[in-house]
Amino acid sequence: MTNVQTGSGYYLGSLAGSSAKQLNKGFLGAILALACLLPMLATAGVISVETVNMAGRYMALAIVALGLDLIWGYTGILSLCQALFFAIGGYAMGIHLAQQGTLHNGIPEALYVVYPYKVGETRGMEVLPWFWAVFKSFNLTLVLGMLLPGLFAGLIGFLGFKSRVKGVYFSILTQALTVAAMMFFSKNEMKLCGTNGLTHFKTIAGYELSDPNVKIALYVVTLLCLVGSYVLCLAITRSRFGRVLLAVRDSETALRFAGYEPFAYKTAIFAFAGMLAGLAGMLYTPQANIMTPSYMEARWSILMVIWVAVGGRGTLCGAVVGALLINLLYSVLTSQWSIGSFDWKPEYWPIVLGLLFIVVVLALPNGVMGVWRKMVGKVTELD
Amino acid sequence: MDWITPDYPSENPAQNSLWDKKYLLFLTGVTAVFDGFKALDIDYFGIFHNELRVIIGPNGAGKSTMCDVITGKTRPTTGTVHYNGEEITKKSEAEIVRSGIGRKFQTPTVYDSLSVYQNMELSLPGPKGVWSALTARETKVERDKIMTLLERVRLLDDADTEARYLSHGQRQWLAISSLILSQPRLLLVDEPAAGLTDSETELTGELLLELKKDHTLIVIEHDMDFVRQLDSRVTVLCEGKSMAEGPLDEVKVNPDVIEAYLGR
Repeated sequence: MTNVQTGSGYYLGSLAGSSAKQLNKGFLGAILALACLLPMLATAGVISVETVNMAGRYMALAIVALGLDLIWGYTGILSLCQALFFAIGGYAMGIHLAQQGTLHNGIPEALYVVYPYKVGETRGMEVLPWFWAVFKSFNLTLVLGMLLPGLFAGLIGFLGFKSRVKGVYFSILTQALTVAAMMFFSKNEMKLCGTNGLTHFKTIAGYELSDPNVKIALYVVTLLCLVGSYVLCLAITRSRFGRVLLAVRDSETALRFAGYEPFAYKTAIFAFAGMLAGLAGMLYTPQANIMTPSYMEARWSILMVIWVAVGGRGTLCGAVVGALLINLLYSVLTSQWSIGSFDWKPEYWPIVLGLLFIVVVLALPNGVMGVWRKMVGKVTELD
Repeated sequence: MDWITPDYPSENPAQNSLWDKKYLLFLTGVTAVFDGFKALDIDYFGIFHNELRVIIGPNGAGKSTMCDVITGKTRPTTGTVHYNGEEITKKSEAEIVRSGIGRKFQTPTVYDSLSVYQNMELSLPGPKGVWSALTARETKVERDKIMTLLERVRLLDDADTEARYLSHGQRQWLAISSLILSQPRLLLVDEPAAGLTDSETELTGELLLELKKDHTLIVIEHDMDFVRQLDSRVTVLCEGKSMAEGPLDEVKVNPDVIEAYLGR
């Protein structure tokens, strides 16, 4: 395992790693080319717009995986609240979109049907909550959809990491927060549309959401955001900052005695991952046409971890591949089909997912990317 | 050795400022109590500027605890630690490190998934904040410095090897050379020769003696041959107390020290 490029761009010995790097680039290029091809295939009528829409949603989820990989794969902190940050971004966009649809007495349809009337209030006396009004502006929504989860993540990180909450305790803390948030969002009294969630979206930035061209446009925007996030994450992992993150994973104590404050780095990367999750939520909501508290269920948080684990944690490429792969599998294996006399049932999906996770943990600790790495040869760093 | 006589009371600020001029580091009335057990109980302990001090003592004598107290890893139950003219008793580990006290742990701590070069890179002196780390890049001077140090400890060929593949001795050297690179004024080196072969030990000794020229060092060590090689003033710790202080040959014949090592 020698002769890899150091972070400084300092080469020593032969350049055995470079050919593998080329292959890696080819691999990424192939995925990207396929992703770019999708909208063209849809306009040509080869595949349906719904398929493109589905791919768009999965790509949004891949952005969450990128953030999770930074904090789990690189920094070694298992966070189970990426789903919460995703939902905060999703709700920000959802609250904005719901207000662009049908209004009853100034109240969006989604809120109107579950409006929590106080004693003595009747239909017609509804008031639009102040925090709905904040999200009236599209631009402000875009800002808040990333800022709010980022700030919230920063706060959780600051309090947790400053008091040196570590390992499984931090995971439990984040999971508990997510579940608490789900209960909070589920209450009708919170005027966040209860368990129904935000629905009845019509337009986004003035364009009809049902228009196939708009769907394709949303896909393209998501793809661009994914590529942008990937490049940003790559820049972070290649900087000294990224090497400090790995050092946090390896030995926080040593880092502290080298003059660094690990908690500052952990808080920063946690906030950044929170912002990525928020961005993903904003992209996901208009494409899924719904945002509900169920996205904060424990299974979502765990699913996100599985994406990264299957793809290969500690490699950005792995996070994206894992998220796309598992979601593709999900859509294939939760539909009904049969080969010969064998009937596949959607109920089998959780079993497949569980088995997959066990196999990855036991046999493929570096996930799909680890297998790829072995096939290609002596690559030790695959971004 | 008139300076060994403690001139109490330590609460006297004038006295403290006098000591500050004399010593780079001094501890007064430091105790560390864990669950009723007094791991450390030092009335007075001072290190001169540019001194190499060796601390020896049987297992559990409080040697590592003393390092912990100086570097802020453990808060002393009572007493104060003064370094370079200011009190550092209540500062955080990172603050203390940035004020110039570096430490090598008993088990060498290196970052396993970083290459040898990257390990060194993180020890470069300079700002350690989040923002500066995003844009930081080594200058040519810094790079040459790293390479020179790596060559000195025979790690140049492994500069791009991940630290997890290093041998124990190489890890010791990586930890020591990272410490040297960070340019501390005071180096705390905890068992630098533990687990090393004879020739490796010799090189480590040479390194430490080289450092003595422009650094202050505290070396904790068990290996008596190694201590002899360092040829410096020795402090014997026992049951948390400073038992004897002086040249090795002198403390070796001290009856208290013999009793502490051989049991009573």
